[in-house]
Amino acid sequence: MRIKRYRGLFIQVIVSTLFISIVALFINNLSVNLLRAGLGLNFSWLFRSAGFALAEHPLPYSPSSSYAWALFMGWLNSLKVISSSLLIATLIGFLVGFASTGTNTLLRILSKLYVTLIRQTPLLLQLMFWYFVGFLSIQGEIFSPIKGMLSLSNQGIILSGINLSPEFSSLLVGLGIFTAAYISEVVRGGINSVPIGQWEAFRSLGLSENDGLYKIIMPQALPAILPGLTSQYLNLAKNSTLAIAVGYADIYAIGDTVITQTGRAIEGFLLLLLSFLLLNLIISNLMELLNKYILTYKQR
Amino acid sequence: MTSVIRTRKLVKTFSKGLRALDEISMEVKKKEVLVVMGPSGSGKSTLIRTFNGLETFDSGELEIVGIPLHSDHNERNVREIRKRVGMVFQQFNLFPHLSILENITLAPIKVQKQNRIEAEEHAMSLLSQMGIITQARKYPSQLSGGEQQRVAIARALALKPELLLFDEPTSALDPERVGEVLDAIRSLAEKGMTMVVVTHEVGFAKEVADKVLFMDSGKVIETSTPEVFFTNAKHERSRKFLNQIGE
Ligand SMILES: Nc1ncnc2c1ncn2[C@@H]1O[C@H](COP(=O)(O)OP(=O)(O)OP(=O)(O)O)[C@@H](O)[C@H]1O
Ligand SMILES: [Mg+2]
Repeated sequence: MRIKRYRGLFIQVIVSTLFISIVALFINNLSVNLLRAGLGLNFSWLFRSAGFALAEHPLPYSPSSSYAWALFMGWLNSLKVISSSLLIATLIGFLVGFASTGTNTLLRILSKLYVTLIRQTPLLLQLMFWYFVGFLSIQGEIFSPIKGMLSLSNQGIILSGINLSPEFSSLLVGLGIFTAAYISEVVRGGINSVPIGQWEAFRSLGLSENDGLYKIIMPQALPAILPGLTSQYLNLAKNSTLAIAVGYADIYAIGDTVITQTGRAIEGFLLLLLSFLLLNLIISNLMELLNKYILTYKQR
Repeated sequence: MTSVIRTRKLVKTFSKGLRALDEISMEVKKKEVLVVMGPSGSGKSTLIRTFNGLETFDSGELEIVGIPLHSDHNERNVREIRKRVGMVFQQFNLFPHLSILENITLAPIKVQKQNRIEAEEHAMSLLSQMGIITQARKYPSQLSGGEQQRVAIARALALKPELLLFDEPTSALDPERVGEVLDAIRSLAEKGMTMVVVTHEVGFAKEVADKVLFMDSGKVIETSTPEVFFTNAKHERSRKFLNQIGE
């Protein structure tokens, strides 16, 4: 056990050293080349004023704010749309996963249909569909179950006073429903990895299907579900760059504008890469924590 | 005497059209121990699993602990039956992520809404009855097969069932562990528990069974007392089977 841990540490050190050297070499190469072309890596433009307006910004922003601030707003917008569609995708994904392994035949068929439909069409098309067909073409309110609490209209989604733009709403719904289909397959696989004897045992004790799923099946399925879930979350984060198609000001859309205005393509893309690395590191580290928690809970 | 299990012309067909149960009519009375024997694939598991609704059937009548069950598999009746009938499986099927104590108290707490203290007290007395009270805080993987199967029996007993079903409870055990599990079942029989036991253990059947039911190809071939069945079976097929298993 102990030897194993040291060996793991050793390999990690070697791999990180290699990785850092390669990156350093790459950056060095890049800046030498840039210098030779008289360009040189330069980030001072970041503090010049951006000059463009943003439809959505979680913190105060105006065209006189800096490029750095504009990019940061984009990063926050990305974080916002990723984290909220991640929640929706998880919720729908688990429910559909349960339905596809449940005893109700109609629900099983419906979930199969949903997964097939979503996986056979491109995400870009789905996002456009939600934007143009789903939100912009709504005449008046179509869905307002609780007055003032939740409503769908061509103004986007209004949820108890929080107004979500049509751009954000279509991304939220599109990414959520798309990713949920994949998550449901991960969940289904995890549930199916639990031996059938476990189902028979809880049923023979008179437990309801819901109690059995929650108390017996899911605790055993989760370790098998988590790795697949993490990679779906990472996919969702990467897919969120399609925001540009519906005109949502995410980090990629703003980065694109910034690069066009400043001509600083290399610095711009480096920053974009870094910001995505940061987003995905946040996601995978949170999932790693969750994994550890579940494993220690399981072994106790 | 009241009957705990009663079936009439029970028929079950799996997808290939083979009759796993072919017009089974039988009865088990209160406090009776019925041992079910028969060659592999004869339908013993299928039969015992229809008794708690783990298996549906196509036609015929079935009444368990006074509750009728039809081919439409009424969900409410199935749940009611399962609360009153315990089952022990060949592969134990303990919940690996729960402690021994939690394995036993789960159903009493969730299904019968007992409070935790009361459920744990009862669980401890069942564990002591099974001779494994020291294992209460352990997890299933830390126990031997024989101990796991005794936990499974305690778990089935926790709901104070009126009927216990055993599907080859000792077939997955090392030979030296078989005795301890059979002893536990035998002591339940002595206390008057109504039981159906699918087993190949002839010694156990001779000693504990009130009746032996012999099945072949989904049919009941004969139902006799163990004295008759093991020394003077009525049917040719029964005698052939007994020859094959070396009796
Ligand atoms: N889920 C199933 N799907 C299709 N056929 C099945 C299924 N379960 C059992 N059968 C078939 O039904 C028949 C009876 O099987 P069953 O398991 O009841 O026999 P058994 O007497 O318990 O045998 P064994 O001694 O091997 O446990 C067999 O022909 C078997 O192949
Ligand atoms: Mg069997």
